[in-house]
Amino acid sequence: MSKTIVTLIGKDRVGIIATVCSFFGDNDINILDLKQTTSQGYINMMMIVDTETYKGSMADLNKGLEEVGEKVGCIIKAQHEDIFNMMHRI
Amino acid sequence: MVELNEAFETVKMVSQENLDVRTITMGISLLDCIDPDLDSLCDKIYNKITMSAKNLVKVGDDLGSEFGVPVINKRISITPAALVGGAACSEPEDFVRIAETLDAAAKQVGVNFIGGYSALVQKGMTKADRLLIKSIPQALSKTERVCSSISLGSTRTGINMDAVRLMGDIIYETAEATKETDSIGCAKLVVFCNPPDDNPFMAGAFHGVTEADRVINVGVSGPGVVKHELSKVRGEDFEVLCETIKKTAFKVTRVGQLFAKEASKRLNVPFGIVDLSLAPTPAVGDSIADIIHEMGMEYAGAPGTTAALAILNDQVKKGGVMASSYVGGLSGAFIPVTEDKAMAEAAEIGALTLEKLEAMTCVCSVGLDMIAIPGDTPCTTIAGIIADEMAIGMVNQKTTAVRLIPVIGKGVGDFAQFGGLLGEAKIMPVNKFGCADFVNRGGRIPAPIHSFKN
Repeated sequence: MSKTIVTLIGKDRVGIIATVCSFFGDNDINILDLKQTTSQGYINMMMIVDTETYKGSMADLNKGLEEVGEKVGCIIKAQHEDIFNMMHRI
Repeated sequence: MVELNEAFETVKMVSQENLDVRTITMGISLLDCIDPDLDSLCDKIYNKITMSAKNLVKVGDDLGSEFGVPVINKRISITPAALVGGAACSEPEDFVRIAETLDAAAKQVGVNFIGGYSALVQKGMTKADRLLIKSIPQALSKTERVCSSISLGSTRTGINMDAVRLMGDIIYETAEATKETDSIGCAKLVVFCNPPDDNPFMAGAFHGVTEADRVINVGVSGPGVVKHELSKVRGEDFEVLCETIKKTAFKVTRVGQLFAKEASKRLNVPFGIVDLSLAPTPAVGDSIADIIHEMGMEYAGAPGTTAALAILNDQVKKGGVMASSYVGGLSGAFIPVTEDKAMAEAAEIGALTLEKLEAMTCVCSVGLDMIAIPGDTPCTTIAGIIADEMAIGMVNQKTTAVRLIPVIGKGVGDFAQFGGLLGEAKIMPVNKFGCADFVNRGGRIPAPIHSFKN
């Protein structure tokens, strides 16, 4: 399993999660966990996804997410989970 | 499992606070290239570097993309060239051939700097050392990516004052040879006391003779991250201040550790060290002077600055040491004036002077770095400034360095521009009183009493 963390930040509106999730579904990426908060009309979302069966590279994934981000008016980034574990866990 | 706030903290460090991996530097030993025939030596050097580092830039870029933290520089350090070229070179021009070979190899593999056009002369100079030093002005004006460093002193050996005096001339000649571009050659030339063998940062990186055939060293950065965290604890006491820096340094260094291990695995080159340095850039917010300001000084250079820098340096090391399995290089805060926008501003308004910078080098990891001085500064004065800085390093058993840029044709208050990461600054005044009779004495300053530890 290859875990990737996807973070999304932007102005909240209807259909953001649905659009992002259908992108993952179309690209054989399984969603393992999803957490989000909304405050004062803004959304912060983090997804942990399994990219084992995804065909492209991390650069391809980020490019795809950038296009999705433009559609829903948010900034979306994918990063390997190791960077978060290294930084926040001893 | 990663928490939401942790994920966004990391994302924010990169997107808003300029967190990056400053450099992945591959150290390459050239000792096995030594050959009495210059053509053959240059061929071997070119082949070894281009073979060893052919994937370095790609791996650095891939890691940046996968982990979402940019790797700003991919660089190479080599065995001090004076050791490699001694058998083949009989005049300075021969060493220039080696510099041109290094430049061509750096361009071929796509690294922006290659360090190690160096000589270690802290106790004495061989014929090859002297030839290499004499070739520096020509070598740095004819090449674009080659960096040169000379070790002039150490706590164990004392200071080679003949070499200090010679470097006063060489720095001036290098400035003269590159005067069309604000004497930029001097930005690629640094002199050291107690230089580390595994420094990944330029212009001082070289691959020491005690190192393995090849090695990966990583330099982290993140002044913006430290500054941002400190802005949350304004007015709190020194315990809180220190803990905040330490915890932030830990997180920043963990990124370096991850990148170093991954780069080592993918390039099949052993992991050497992580250099725990806070290295500024001219980008807004990526500044050591901003941290000093955040700690409570009106401008960097105000009274209290040396104490603030001492705290910063020590806490960065304390946080970083636990975050990495091997720590080395320079490790600490850098204070290059032109490369740090807020530092350059402090110098411009007179808050930061050359003398205050000298005091600051007693407590930080490097020395007088990237300081533009008047082009008519006498060579003996440059040598005197170097001698002072070498003495600080020798007595305090630490690395110190000098990278001064006498900007030919310009004087105090004029603007010197180097571009890119090297930045820009107004030219700082230098003490006008002479020291020629001192630096012209010749010979060596003996090692200090506390060097005798056997």
